[in-house]
Formats: sequence, C-alpha cells, structure tokens
Amino acid sequence: MNSVVGVKSLNKIYGKNDSAFAALKDINIDIKHGESVAIVGKSGSGKSTLMHLLALLDSPTDGEIIINGKKSSKLSRREKDILRNKQFGFVFQQFFLNANNTVLDNVILPLKIAGIGRRERNARGLQALNDVELGSKANNKANNLSGGEKQRVVIARALINNPSIIFADEPTGNLDSVTGEKIEEILFSLNKNKNITLIIVTHDHELAGRCGRQIRMKDGMIVEGEK
Amino acid sequence: MKLSDIISSATSNMFRSKVRTGLTILAIFIGAFTITLTVGISSGVTTYLDKQVSNVGAKNVLIIRRKVEVNMSNVLKKYEPDQKSNSAQAALLSAMLNDSDVAKIKTQSDLSNFYAVSAVSPSYISGTNGDKYQVATQPFIDGSQFELITGKLVSGKDAQSEILLPSVMVSGLGFSSNDDAIGKTVEFGIKTPAGVMKTVSAVITGVQQESLITQGGVFVNIPLQTKLLAIQYEGAPVEIAHRYIGVTAEFDSALSKDEVKTIKNSLADKGYLANTVEDQIGIIKQIIDAITYVLIFFGCIALLAASIGIVNTLFMSVQERTKEIGLMKAMGMSRIKVFLLFSVEAMMLGFWGSLLGALAAIGVGRIANNIASDTFLKDLPGFALTDFPVLYVAAIIFVVMLIAFLAGTLPSRRAANQDPIEALRYE
Repeated sequence: MNSVVGVKSLNKIYGKNDSAFAALKDINIDIKHGESVAIVGKSGSGKSTLMHLLALLDSPTDGEIIINGKKSSKLSRREKDILRNKQFGFVFQQFFLNANNTVLDNVILPLKIAGIGRRERNARGLQALNDVELGSKANNKANNLSGGEKQRVVIARALINNPSIIFADEPTGNLDSVTGEKIEEILFSLNKNKNITLIIVTHDHELAGRCGRQIRMKDGMIVEGEK
Repeated sequence: MKLSDIISSATSNMFRSKVRTGLTILAIFIGAFTITLTVGISSGVTTYLDKQVSNVGAKNVLIIRRKVEVNMSNVLKKYEPDQKSNSAQAALLSAMLNDSDVAKIKTQSDLSNFYAVSAVSPSYISGTNGDKYQVATQPFIDGSQFELITGKLVSGKDAQSEILLPSVMVSGLGFSSNDDAIGKTVEFGIKTPAGVMKTVSAVITGVQQESLITQGGVFVNIPLQTKLLAIQYEGAPVEIAHRYIGVTAEFDSALSKDEVKTIKNSLADKGYLANTVEDQIGIIKQIIDAITYVLIFFGCIALLAASIGIVNTLFMSVQERTKEIGLMKAMGMSRIKVFLLFSVEAMMLGFWGSLLGALAAIGVGRIANNIASDTFLKDLPGFALTDFPVLYVAAIIFVVMLIAFLAGTLPSRRAANQDPIEALRYE
C-alpha cells in the first residue's frame, strides 16, 4: 500500500537559545493509505504538535513531511492551503461550529472556501449530513444541537471534500460514553468503507485500542509504534 | 472562496452584532449626511449662479467703475484741489465718473462699444390701471441676454422707447397676464431738477424672470434712458448732468482670460475697476465655496471619527471570531481571502452608512427646496436650493467606502495574520 503521510527525522523546537524547548525530537513515521493510527501520550508529550505538523498547520524546525509523495517544504503556502482544503478533514474536541449558522452552513464551509457554487455545495452538504444521520436537522441552528449531534456535524464537515485523511483531535473528549461510542463507530466505518486514513490524537486507551496502530509518545519522542 | 460568497459572508457577519454595527453605521451616516447636504447646497447655488451668468450672456462686457479706496482712519488730511475726497460719505459721490474719466477709459485698447451709464431715478411707473409704483431702472446693454418668460428683448439705439418688465410688476400695473403685457404701454414719471414732474411712455417688449442680476428692476433701452436723463438733468450744469456710475464696454469674445486680465490691469493702473458679470457673481461664488469647504471639513472630521469607529468595531469582530478565523485558515482559506472578508465588511459599513446618509441628505434637501421655494426664495424662480448630481453622490459613497476600506486594513491584517493553531486554542 502507498504511504500517505511520511515523516523523516522531524524536529520541532519552540523558542530560541536558552529558552529553546524541543517539542518533537527526531520523529520518523510512515502511515499507509487506509490505515487508522492513534497517537497517544500524556499531555505535553508532543502528540498535538505532531498532529499539527502532519496536518501542515505548522512548520517543522527541521526534517521533512511527505504528503502523498510531495515534500511539504517544497509546497507554497497556497498549495498547502489547497491540500488542507481538498485532502484533509478535521475533527476537533471543541467542535468549532458557528453557533448562529445553520447546520448545513457549517457543513459546507470547506466547499465555500474551495469556491464551489451554492447549489452543488448544498447538495453535497445534505449528502454528508445524511451520512451521519442528521439530514433532518440541516436547517437547525448549530447551537440547538446536543454534543453528540454537534460532533456528527463536525464529521460531516470533515467528510464533505471527500478527504483522503481525517485528523481527529480527541474526537470523543467532550462526549459521554454512549455518544462517544457512536462517533467512534462513524469514524471507523469511514475508515473501513471509504478507505479514509484516520489519524486520531487521544489519551482514551479504549479509542486508541480500536485503531490499527498506536504511536505512543513521551517527551517529544516516539516510544512505541514506529521508529 | 468566491467573491460573491465573501460579500454575502461579510454582510451576514456585519449583522451578527446589530447594535454595534448600527452605531458604527450611524457615525458614518452623520459624516456622509453632512458632506452630501453641503455638496448639495453648494451645487444648487452654483448651478443657479452659472445659469444667471449664462442668462446674461454678455460675457464679453466689462463694467468699469472708479476704484475707490475708502479712508477709514481718523487721521486729518490736508485738502488738495486735484484730489477727490475719500471719506466714506464722499466716496459714493466721488465714485462717479465724469467726461474726462470716460474719455480716458475710451483710450483703452481692445475695447469697443463704450457706453457711459448714468443713474436714472424715475419717481414712478404706471400701467393701464393708472396705479403708480416706485421703480428702479437699469439701462439695457446691447448684447445682454435674459431669460424671458414671454416676448422679446428690447431693441437698441435709434428705436422707440422700450422696456423689459419683471414678472412681479405685471399684475400690479393692471395686466391680466404676462402675455397680455406685451406690446402695452407704461408711463414713467420723472422730476426735473426744478421739481416739475414729467412723463415718458414706453412699450413693453418682454417680461423677464426674476433673478439675482435683474434684482427686480425694469430694463430700459438706450433711447428711453436718454429721454429720462434729459428730463432728470433738464437745465442742469454739465458737471452734474454728465456723471456716470460706470462705463460698459465690449471686448472681443475670442480673447483669453489672461488677455482680459491684461485689460483689467491696464484699467486698474488708470484708477478704474473693471469686472465682467461673471466676476461680480464670482464674489458670491467665492463666499459659497468658502462655506462649502468649512462644512465639508466638518463632515470629514465626522468621517474621521467614524473611521476610528470602524477600526474599533472590526477589531472587536476579529477578536470575537478568532476561532472561526482559525478554523477557516485550517480548512485552507488563504490569507488574502481572510483579509478580504474583513475589508469587505468594513466597506459594507461604509457603503450602508454613506448610502443612508446620502439618501437622508437628499430627502432633507428636497424638503428644504419645497419650503424655500414657498418662502424666502419665492422671488427667485428656477432656484433650487439643493441639487444632488448623481455623480457627486456616487463619488461621496465611493470615497467613504475607500476610507472604510483603509480603516479596515488594520483589523483585516490582524485577522489574515492569525496562526490557525493559536486561534483554535484561543479562549
């Protein structure tokens, strides 16, 4: 299988000179297409920093990130923007929905950014909402949804561009165990049925256990999963 | 993101905080209202004045008077036989021209058709019904043109006595309508120096519209002027009879402004002040312009304050929407689009504020026009107090939007430069 995300001797250092702090030290990872990977570790272990780098939201101090065979250091800012818009889906612990907009408006945001016309994006938005069984709530205000529903909206938003990778940062962190279970099911069925690569940052062992592979981090280094 | 989506998003973002947006728009409204109304009034008055000048038409006529310097000081001055007294009271009398002045003026090159204007003061005018009214007359200079309501202009030299009647006098003199007055005869009463009242009759050839230039006076043609003068100075010595308030003269209308100025300067050196009708109206124009500039300046101060309001509003908006901006940037929205999203919002504030301000100013202007034309401008038909050319209003809206855009660049830049990770972490 092809590698979708590759990382070679990645370092991330915050600050300079005396106050320099190495958040990531010599990270090497290779994630294949269709894999489900959990990045686990305590807070401060560098797992979030790693995810931000993999998602091209941040730049490494040195080392190389290779997405679909392309070196990120060779990509322009615009190319990175397009890559994030078209290839990546994001699921956040705090949802980040626009409370006053409708559910549908929230879901179609990536398509709006991509410059896709209103008719097409609304049709695709409804399709994505149907995929997470929220089609009937398309015109509700995002604020009026329950936590579980909100996270399903976020997943619909992450899905709408038919991404090749979904980055999920503590996707069940704000949910009770029953609704959390449901979100997990949706995510893993996407991984299985649509062959979307899943990269989940979590410290929930149960969730991590359902992933095909676990990358365990400690003090900015990978201690288990891949060297 | 498409431009249409940016505009619609910016619009809906603008109305997210209605009170704040409303107050910002109100601030812009005040500035735009002041400026639009000022420009409207200025444009109305200027248009009217221009119309007046073009009505007179005799753009190539110079009105030449004595240059008088009034001595306002209390310093005692020695009497000198050759020098005219220049105390304030004597100034009016000494401002009159005599035959030697006229002769001197006539030597001026590039001028022709000189006519020395004497002041004629008939005692009354009366029409078909015999009622007598006070009257002021002015000689009609050949080449002048007036907007007539009806009839035609008086003829020049060697004709019968003819007049142009201002429309306000028509009914008082006993005519049923403007058209009715044409061809009818009126009578002027004028006293000789000895106090004997004599009459001269004249035919009405036209009825003229009231205007700043006619000033309610009756225009008499040269033959009538001559007759009236003959009675007014009957038996008077030449020094008294040959006094003139000014000399009119024509210059070639092909002359450039600079060439006309040369003529004026040359006359000024001889002690005479020469003005065209345009110059005389120009003084009014200058005053109007000065008032306009002051009011526009105030309007600009209001706009400056309003633009600080825009900066403030947008900074708050950027602050509130930090996470949203972070999310959009994470999802691949480019910096320039984020910048545009907020700049467009700023321009929208400017657009709505200035549009509403301009519309309100136009509304107020219309009401003021109606009130004015029924009251203090009643005697000046054709004078719209305010006038709002579409181009001016569009320019005002455009400039306000530009100011709003510039004010918005600061907050917009802050939004565009946000780091998505920091923004998403922001509490």
